[in-house]
Amino acid sequence: MSLHGRDLISIRDLSREEIEDVLAAAKRMVPYAGGAKVSHSLDHKIVAMAFFEPSTRTRLSFEAAVQRLGGSCITIADASVTSMRKGESLHDTIRMLGSYADAIVIRHPNEGSARLAARASDRPVLNAGDGSGQHPTQTLLDLATMQEAFGTLSGLRVVLLGDLKFGRTVHSLAHAIALFGSDIVLTSPPALGLPAQARRQLEHMGAKVREQADLHEAIRDADVLYVTRIQKERFGDESEYRRVAGSYRVDASVLADAKPRLAVMHPLPRAGEIAPEVDSTPHAVYFRQAALAVPVRMALLDMILGGRKGD
Amino acid sequence: MSARGLKITPITNGTVIDHITNGLALEVLRIIGAQTLDKDSTVSVALHVRSNKIGWKDIVKVENMELSPRKVNAIALIAPTATISIIRDFKVREKRSVDLPERIVGVVRCPNANCISNQSEPIESEFELTSRRPVILSCVYCERELDDFLHHLA
Repeated sequence: MSLHGRDLISIRDLSREEIEDVLAAAKRMVPYAGGAKVSHSLDHKIVAMAFFEPSTRTRLSFEAAVQRLGGSCITIADASVTSMRKGESLHDTIRMLGSYADAIVIRHPNEGSARLAARASDRPVLNAGDGSGQHPTQTLLDLATMQEAFGTLSGLRVVLLGDLKFGRTVHSLAHAIALFGSDIVLTSPPALGLPAQARRQLEHMGAKVREQADLHEAIRDADVLYVTRIQKERFGDESEYRRVAGSYRVDASVLADAKPRLAVMHPLPRAGEIAPEVDSTPHAVYFRQAALAVPVRMALLDMILGGRKGD
Repeated sequence: MSARGLKITPITNGTVIDHITNGLALEVLRIIGAQTLDKDSTVSVALHVRSNKIGWKDIVKVENMELSPRKVNAIALIAPTATISIIRDFKVREKRSVDLPERIVGVVRCPNANCISNQSEPIESEFELTSRRPVILSCVYCERELDDFLHHLA
């Protein structure tokens, strides 16, 4: 089915075939994302960036993607300067934005906010992260990174390390990994394990899921090590955050027993989970992962909103 | 009803909710809003009554009231074995088991305190039925699952 005019709220909104289409389109977008070719796909189109929570990579890569396609952006980058401070509901704010723009990209601290936004506006809505819920465009660029590294998304062994409870990128990614038939290994501090509901859903999809608390053991046969940050903002209690932060760290000694082709990924920003010494090893693909954000988001915007093709 | 039903006097018009899971009659009364009824209406409650079908059950009879679909859905969630009979002129005009629709609106709250449906937005809670046995609902906003309905009635 065409993505034209559709919302993207959860990775579950996309079938395996649609994900493959987005990844193929993202590959074609690489020269446009780097400026080597010019696209006019979003000429005269305006995309609203509704960011009610801090973001660097996601917002800037979305803005870059819109502009590389010839469109322009209107941006809420700080919710404290909007009418929401005067008590305006998110519903009304989004409805208003929909009358100013052709599509809306939203990040918001409450889970389900992107689904609400999609209902409030008849413009396409793209979820750029709703609380600890979904972050489907991050998942798509994670998949693009894995596909680039291995040429396939099937039959891989993927270790998910870190905050598997609150980390929004992990829940979306685990779903996609299961959809493509790769195995999942869960490695996390005890307090931050994958919620039982999420694990049940993965197993229901036929995924092989196992827990391995020992990081050295977990990565022995792994193809991908996906590391996530422990997010301070998800903890109500500072002391609890401090207790679990720093309880895992990927460095050269951890990677000594890994397969030569192990790809270490991270949605960034990192906060000490990956030692800088890893950056110079062939395992480090996290900066490539961040770079693929632009072509992947360009592909999505083109498929959802695009018109005229480029040179 | 059998002769045991005579423990509760017949009503002219109204609703009988039978086969309620034992111990949940007072929750059912809360759902139907028995305290807001017409002052001349009788409400009868039987607790811990023998049942061939479910072992022990509760029964609630309310005079001069028929239940809205929303209230029927709430009863179906906490007491899926319940049956509802509509009485008119002392006769059972309609008898049915409670049956959950695919989409349940405004009946239960999302268990996720950070869900947008629990904030001050002009929306009602909304769930999709993801499993009938056991009953599991999924919030259409945050996708969180819910299987404990008694503690999350709206």
